[in-house]
Amino acid sequence: MTRRSKVRLLSLVVVLGLWEYYGRRVNPILFTYPLAIFRAFIELVLSGELQSYMRDSLLVLLYASVLSVIVGVFFGVVMGRYALVEWATDIYVNALYSMPMVAMVPLIVLWFGFKVPAKVIIVFLFMVFPILINTYQGVKDVDRNLQEVARSFCSSEAQLWRHLIIPSALPFIVVGIRLAIGRGLVGMIVAEFYTSITGLGYMIVRYANAFETDKLFVPIVVVMVLGVGLMSLAKWCERRIAPWRNFDERE
Amino acid sequence: MGKIVIRNLTKTYSGGAVVALQDIDLDIAANESVCVLGPSGCGKTTLLRIVDSLIGRDRGDVLIDEEPVSRPRPDVAVVFQHFGLFPWKRLDENIAYGLELRGKTRDDIAATVERYVTLIGLKGFEKSYPHQLSGGMQQRAGLARAMAINPSVLLMDEPFGALDAQTRELMQEELLRILETERKTMIFVTHSIDEAIVLGDRIVVMSCRPGRVRQIFPVEIPRPRKILSVRAHPRYIELRNAIWEMLKSEQEPISSSEA
Repeated sequence: MTRRSKVRLLSLVVVLGLWEYYGRRVNPILFTYPLAIFRAFIELVLSGELQSYMRDSLLVLLYASVLSVIVGVFFGVVMGRYALVEWATDIYVNALYSMPMVAMVPLIVLWFGFKVPAKVIIVFLFMVFPILINTYQGVKDVDRNLQEVARSFCSSEAQLWRHLIIPSALPFIVVGIRLAIGRGLVGMIVAEFYTSITGLGYMIVRYANAFETDKLFVPIVVVMVLGVGLMSLAKWCERRIAPWRNFDERE
Repeated sequence: MGKIVIRNLTKTYSGGAVVALQDIDLDIAANESVCVLGPSGCGKTTLLRIVDSLIGRDRGDVLIDEEPVSRPRPDVAVVFQHFGLFPWKRLDENIAYGLELRGKTRDDIAATVERYVTLIGLKGFEKSYPHQLSGGMQQRAGLARAMAINPSVLLMDEPFGALDAQTRELMQEELLRILETERKTMIFVTHSIDEAIVLGDRIVVMSCRPGRVRQIFPVEIPRPRKILSVRAHPRYIELRNAIWEMLKSEQEPISSSEA
């Protein structure tokens, strides 16, 4: 075990221990402690409640992710390649990217209702712009020298995309996806707060209203673990997809 | 194959304000090696890029094998100073690049790549990425990629300019050796008088602002050549001094006017 992981482990033990010790002395309506959260977790898993809400949340996240990757990459590439499209659309893209997307949630609910499509649209709006903008940056960033190399070898447009533009932009796209996942989780919870029918966000609202603080913490921890897990997955993908960027690596 | 004719070639930048090349006339025979020397900014690289139509020209003609050049030709290969390898491709994939674009079969590509990997002495490094290789090795790969498509014309844009002195000499030897087995028409742009004499059949010295052909020196040192025997040749000293005198007279006004 490295020193780093020893310190980490020690830190976890100390923080959880203090939480356990002092958490028990607080009114359980206001706060809770790790063992109580664990008990609540087991209870919610045994009743099947957690899995069912989690599945609903993850489905929304999955649909929105697939949609935003397809739309974001496509328009990002088009914007990066065709100046006319870029000039005509970049003001809207930047405005929508800069805007706190939460502001759109009531409007989306008004237009699309409370069910899955509305939530997918909300999460999609949270996710698509970082992907689009990163893809666009990646396409813009393609090395001019390499473009000249491609021209000198008489590359066709399709070959240019395959051998140069897509591989060159790929690391940017993956970073965009990673950023989008963070925003997507926010979007997912906010959408579920607002629509309040199902999902982890709904669980949070429900148990907070019922003052069942131990159960309230279960979806919070689940969302946290989900965030950490998805981020690590994205980082792992980034390494796999662009091994040439890991300059320390020797094979 | 690979005869190049350049007639009245003129190229300006900034809407005509800067004349990079003016009325260049140059005839290069098939399989001839011509080195282009001149002060920085005299349009050597511009000339090279125009020959492969990587950039446009204002006036004049470039003909390769009697055909006017208006777009990059498949039988012309360029080796760049910046190497220009694709960082996401392994060495063998980089060398295979031109062959893949030309739609060669898998077996064909594998055989050709194998041949050039051996020729440039990079056996065992086929699966390395460019960033894992030294500059010299990267430029060998750049050379192999160019040679692999079996071009009739090889355009070299200061290919060894970014390498250290020793690697540079090794690469010159290598290039001499490779061109002995596979003769090509070559235009080689360089800053180095020594390099020009070692590699060229003729040396074109350019003048600056506007870029013109100042003088053409025949090298007249027999092939096959080795760097050391070239340097020991009496003609080497003679050429070196003559070219040096000429470049010095070019250089002085430049250094005061150019930042």
